[in-house]
Order: sequence, then C-alpha cells, then structure tokens
Amino acid sequence: MSSSHQPSKIQLERIAYRRKRAIRSTLLAALSTAVVGLLLYLGVTGSPGWERVKSSFFDWDIAVQALTGRDNYPSVLEGLWLNIRLMVICTACALALGLLIAILRTLRGPVAFPVRALATTYTYSFRGLPLIIVIYLFAFGIPGLRLQGTPSVTVLGAAAIVVTYGAYLAEVFRAGIESVHPSQVAAARSLGLSYRRTMRHVVLPQAIRRVTPPLLNDTVALQKDVGLISLAGPIDAIRAAQINQAGTANFTPYVVAGVLFVLMALPLIGVTDWVTLRAARRQNAGT
Amino acid sequence: MLLTCTDIRKEFGANVVLDNLSLDVDEHEVVALIGASGSGKSTLLRCVNLLTEIDDGVITLDGEDITDPRVDPDAVRQKIGLVFQSYNLFPHMTVLDNITLAPVRVHKRPVAAAREQAMEWLSRVGLSDKSGSYPDRLSGGQQQRVAIVRALVNSPRLLLLDEVTSALDPELVGEVLTMIRELKGEGMTMVLATHEMGFARQVADRVAFLDKGRVLEQGPPEQVLGDPVEARTRQFLSRIIEAGRL
Repeated sequence: MSSSHQPSKIQLERIAYRRKRAIRSTLLAALSTAVVGLLLYLGVTGSPGWERVKSSFFDWDIAVQALTGRDNYPSVLEGLWLNIRLMVICTACALALGLLIAILRTLRGPVAFPVRALATTYTYSFRGLPLIIVIYLFAFGIPGLRLQGTPSVTVLGAAAIVVTYGAYLAEVFRAGIESVHPSQVAAARSLGLSYRRTMRHVVLPQAIRRVTPPLLNDTVALQKDVGLISLAGPIDAIRAAQINQAGTANFTPYVVAGVLFVLMALPLIGVTDWVTLRAARRQNAGT
Repeated sequence: MLLTCTDIRKEFGANVVLDNLSLDVDEHEVVALIGASGSGKSTLLRCVNLLTEIDDGVITLDGEDITDPRVDPDAVRQKIGLVFQSYNLFPHMTVLDNITLAPVRVHKRPVAAAREQAMEWLSRVGLSDKSGSYPDRLSGGQQQRVAIVRALVNSPRLLLLDEVTSALDPELVGEVLTMIRELKGEGMTMVLATHEMGFARQVADRVAFLDKGRVLEQGPPEQVLGDPVEARTRQFLSRIIEAGRL
C-alpha cells in the first residue's frame, strides 16, 4: 500500500476490529499464564518435602561457595573456562571433520571405494555409539596402550567429542551437498570447472547455506555435551560441582553449573533461531 | 568440419535415446535441432559437451577425438559453451561473479581483467546495471542472457544452446533471440535445440529434424520446414502449426 493511499471506511473498520481482538487475546494469554504460574508455584512450595529440596538444591551460601571456590573447593566458574575452551576447539574440529567426511562420502568411482567405505563405516558406528562410551574408550583405553606421546586425558576426551559429533555433522553436510540440484554441477562442469572446483565454488557454498540451521542446532548440543568430559577426570564446571557436592552433601553446585551452561548456550541458540527464521523467510519469498 | 558426430549411440536402460546418430557442423555454421520431446536433442548436446558419456560412436572437435577416454574432459569443455533451458545460474553469486568464475578459476585470468571483460559483455546486452544483482532478482530473459554471456567469456569454439527460450514468457523470448542472432552475425558456430520454428528458419543455416534418436532429415530451413521429404517431419510440423507455433 502506498503512503498516499487513504484506507476506505470498511478497511478502517477491519483494522479496528483486528486491533480489538488482538488486545483481547493478549489479555487472555497473560491471565492464563499467571494462573498456571501461580498454581505451579503453590504446588511446588506447598509440597511436603519442599523445605528439604530447597535447602539441598537452592542454598545461596553454597551457591556462592561453589561459584567462587571458597574454602579450597574447586570453583565451578574456573571449571567453566575449561568447558568454554573445549567448546570452541571441539566445535571447530567437529565441523571440519564432518565436512571432510561428507565430501569423502560423495566421491564417485571405484578408486574412491575404500575411502568411501571407511567414511560410511565411521558415520554409521559413531552415530550409534553413546558418547559416554566413546569418552571412556578414548580417555582410559588409549593411555592403556602405553604409547609414547599419548596426550592428556582432556585432549583424549575432547577427541572423543569431536569424533562423535563429527559423525552427526557429516550427515548434515552430506544432506546439504545432495540437496544441491545436479543442474548446478552440470553448469559448473560445462564451464570447464574440475570436480574439485565445482565442489569448492558451486556446491559447498549452497549446501552449507542450506544446512546452517541444523548445523548450529548440533553445535548447541555439542556445547552441553562438552560437560561429559568430567567423566574422564579433568576439572571442568561439572566436575567442580561434583567435588563441591561431595564435600557439602548439597546439590546446589549442580544447579549453579546447570544455570551457567544454559546462560552460555543462550547466544548460540539465539543465533540459531535467527538464522532459521531468516532461511524460512527467504524460502517463503518464493525465490 | 569443426564438429563431427559419427554413429553416436546412447541408451538409458532399455531406452535408446541416440540411435547411431550422425551430424557434422562446419565452422561459423548454425544448426538448429528440431523434433519432439524425447527425440534426443538435449541428450546429443550433453554428449557433445561430455556431460553424458556416449555408449558408442565418435565425436571430434577440430579434428580431435574428444570421446577418447584419455582426453581431459575439462579441457574440452573449455572450448564448448553450453546454455541450459533453465539458465542454471549460480544463485549464491552475483551476476558478475557468475560470469567471471570460469575465467578467473579455470583460465587463471586476473580478476580485474575478467571483470572488465564481463562488464563489456553486460553492457553489450544491456545488463550492466545488473552486474551486482543476484540471479533471483532478474527476469527469465535477463537470466538467460547472463547465462549466455557466462558461456561466451570462455571464448568457446562452439556454442550449444539447449531450448534456451522454452522456460521464458513469450514477451521475453525476443531479447534472447536477438542476442543469438547477433552472435551468428559475428560468426559464432552454434548448435541449438529449439521449439521456435520461426526462429530456426531465420537464424539457422541448416535444420536437422531428429526422430527416435536419429537425424531423419536435414537441409536448408526453407526445405526442411517448408517442403519436408519425410512423412514423419511433415506430421511433426503440422502438429506444430496446429499448436500455433510456426
């Protein structure tokens, strides 16, 4: 509608009606949210065991202690720094590994058969294998070999996460690669581009753009699963919380760690939602 | 002869698409391939560009057997431009990047020189203001003209056009046909599969009627389109006239 257009009487009436209805819906929603919230609050705080739960999960002093590492306890916040570093490194490595595997799986011809078979076996096994078991196998199995130059448990645990998530990400990348229409490849090859250049300049840019939302989603999952490295021993946020809990017989440190993990995931979740929304809009635009 | 196709055979399963087809094209010659859908026009073009591997026969370009498996297909394709029915521009690249991709990446030309050449072509076809646009912002006719320019900046010896106006609104067909007519004026050798009989008559030096994977009849446009020898050609043309396309 152009700015100079004067809406007709009937259109003005429609606008007024829609506005009235919107206000009514908003009020109703607010009221029902308040009622449900109140009921939940009364139900939890009115339960017979609430006082016990409150003191063992939501103790303010213990929360501060766990966060700052008072009285010689490991600090959850310091542990979180390890998680953050691991997240960044593991995400980057898993994305690179996933992309590499996906490309290997698309290779054609008998020469590439062993590579293709290996890549396929890898994605099949590591998507099926529980992450906990992979971490145990890597962190405790590999040092058991007593090889020279075996890296630290932290590095091995991180490798377990990379290898597991690489398998998932490889499948996402592969779906993206296969979603690029063959006519795009034909156009690139007809211009004299080699297979490799076609992949690099024509197929991958389109494929990655298309699968960015699911890729980011898997990255969010990776972020929190980085906490499982605590099973292998290094003192990350969760391990620090566990030591605090063992010393104080109070579960508040876990809640603290949990809240920190959620806070850390929020930015990436926000980015994921934004990218997904943008992709959906672009598709709905009919281009 | 610039291009010779001798006894080309192509089967997809039990379906024989090219049945020992032979066709030669001279330098600076424009050959129009006509025929019903499924007669093998597009497959023949894809075979010449080595996008589809033939099952038998020989194709030569400039006397070189390009169907020899020892030949590097990428090098051959650099000498043959192919324009598709549905344009197949790269949607993630601007018009300018679409055109300069091959010159920069394949022919290793400096980016500035490639861009300059692309801009010259774009202004020739009246699209210089679209150089920074993405393909989805262009009309079908504009996209197809960009696709033709993209093929031309490789300076091909031979240009293959696969029903380049079939996906266009009738009012946009003209701008693409004008461009092809100009290319003919410059001596470009072209093989075009087309349903535009009027255009084939105007621009082609020779019309080849394909039927069931063979060249059933070929000759000057006036003869093939006006006074065909074969009954099957007459039948095809009368159907086209009924459909109001001649």
